[in-house]
Amino acid sequence: MSTHTGLPAKRKAPGSPPDVNANKGRRRSPTRVNPALYLFPLPAVAVIAFFLVMPTLQAFQYALTDWNGFSAAFNYVGVDNFVRAFTNDSLFTNALMNNLKFVLLVVIAQTFFSLILALLLTKNSRGSVLLRALFFFPTILSSVSVAFIWKFIYDPNFGLANAVLGGVGLEALQSSYLGNDAQALYWVAVTQVWFHAGQMMVVYIAGLQAIPRELYEAAEMDGANKWQQFKSITWPFVAPATSIVVAYTTVQSFKAFDLILGIAGNPPKQSLDILSTRIYSTFANSEFGYAAAQSIIFMAMIALVTWLQRRLLRLTPKGE
Amino acid sequence: MLSSITRRGILAIYAVIIIVPLTVVGFGSFKSTQELFAGPFSLPQSLSPGNYAEVIGGQDLGSSFMNSVIVTAISVPLTLFLASLAGYAVSRLKGFMSWAIFGFLVLGMAIPAQANMVPLYVLFGRLGLLDSLAGLVLANLVSTLPIAVFILGGFMRTLPKELYEASSIDGTGPWRTYVSIALPLSAPSIAAAAIFLFVIHWNELLYPLLFIQSPGNRTLPLALLSFQGEFQTDYPLLFAGVILASLPVVVAYVFLQRYFVAGITAGASKG
Repeated sequence: MSTHTGLPAKRKAPGSPPDVNANKGRRRSPTRVNPALYLFPLPAVAVIAFFLVMPTLQAFQYALTDWNGFSAAFNYVGVDNFVRAFTNDSLFTNALMNNLKFVLLVVIAQTFFSLILALLLTKNSRGSVLLRALFFFPTILSSVSVAFIWKFIYDPNFGLANAVLGGVGLEALQSSYLGNDAQALYWVAVTQVWFHAGQMMVVYIAGLQAIPRELYEAAEMDGANKWQQFKSITWPFVAPATSIVVAYTTVQSFKAFDLILGIAGNPPKQSLDILSTRIYSTFANSEFGYAAAQSIIFMAMIALVTWLQRRLLRLTPKGE
Repeated sequence: MLSSITRRGILAIYAVIIIVPLTVVGFGSFKSTQELFAGPFSLPQSLSPGNYAEVIGGQDLGSSFMNSVIVTAISVPLTLFLASLAGYAVSRLKGFMSWAIFGFLVLGMAIPAQANMVPLYVLFGRLGLLDSLAGLVLANLVSTLPIAVFILGGFMRTLPKELYEASSIDGTGPWRTYVSIALPLSAPSIAAAAIFLFVIHWNELLYPLLFIQSPGNRTLPLALLSFQGEFQTDYPLLFAGVILASLPVVVAYVFLQRYFVAGITAGASKG
């Protein structure tokens, strides 16, 4: 009875929906919902409720205690843990500042760089497709693997970076990289961009390819130069992609836990300590109540920075 | 905006910055430390598998590899199964319930795993799941179920409702419709989600680090991380470990590249 027995025959890119246009304008059928359908989401709902929602709520409870994780007894200490984090724990404020700095560096560098790569590789030529696959490649590696690769690049005595600089006569630029506390965080930011710029490039390419070519042709006829075209066509049109890239990169660099542990060791030295590694150290130190409070600050920071970015991005020009 | 020469220059330089370190790691995994330091860019003098034998046997990366295989082989299909069941229900239910279930499941994406680690550790301790592969499977499921529901549910909602209605008029139950209509039609989205989950679960470090005590229960990323302390500058050994840990993902990438890009990008755009 249905006219939709045939499936969409075209090959589609994975992830793209099949034709839904056939659906338009048709009234919903009055058929009753089979009650058995309510059983289907039950396992997922149970898992999320029991292992995600409940523990998260418990984190708020633990955060108000001095619990060490093992003893049966603990005291409610009110907001002492939060006060301690901000006023009386230089390790925590250090990790917080490092993390904000790291996020800022990576978000700016990665957004800018992945857009450039995407602009250079928008066309579907064979070379572009090959380079896209190459640039994307680091994303699939484990953070620990990437950390080891870059530990060797940054090795002050035997590393690739200093070997290359020495080879081309730029000894003056040689550095001890991670060994230099003033620079270490910047070098890890470089690693993070190498790790994930290709992934964000793909997001941008999808955005760029959706821009109608006629717009550029019209702009060219009007005598707009390349920069003007970028400013008034490309940038506004990729605004949705930019907000995805910025939001995702933010969360990703807040959570650069694995990379930091791999590159700096466990526990990392102070100049490379970020919030997630600090929470882990507090936890490993059996200060469960305090670690829970730090986790909540961590969540709040991610939410706050994401919200600020949304506000800021709204100030930039949008497409019509 | 950029001349063709500048364009080629930027692309070539970045290609080199990606290819050269990877090549050095590949070559280096066959070298001795002295050989690597003397000429990091040169071909290895011999393809002696000494470093691999040492990491697989001597350092027991072989059993960590098996642990990673076991955990990933269970956690990826399990996550896909639960997520597709939920996604299917969401696509067929109507109105508030559909919206509420989807919203509840997807909201979990806002909770970063690292923020949840203390209470989850306590809970797993009470359930006796610490230091077990079963615990790692469950942790992987919990941490990626929300995004899997988002990808699969988001896709299934776009399937034409008439397909379901036709089959329910034919008297087919919801389970049959799930198996014979919803799943096959969602194949591309399931493949993309599977790849996305595979990469995350295979590379997962936080939960093993939190939960695993016995060396025999380590997964690959955790075993690799523990190398770091022991073999500070024995780079060839670290490199052999890196190659071993990356091999399955790299092989999959070579053959299933378009699913990788689709899956990881779907995860990114919706995360």
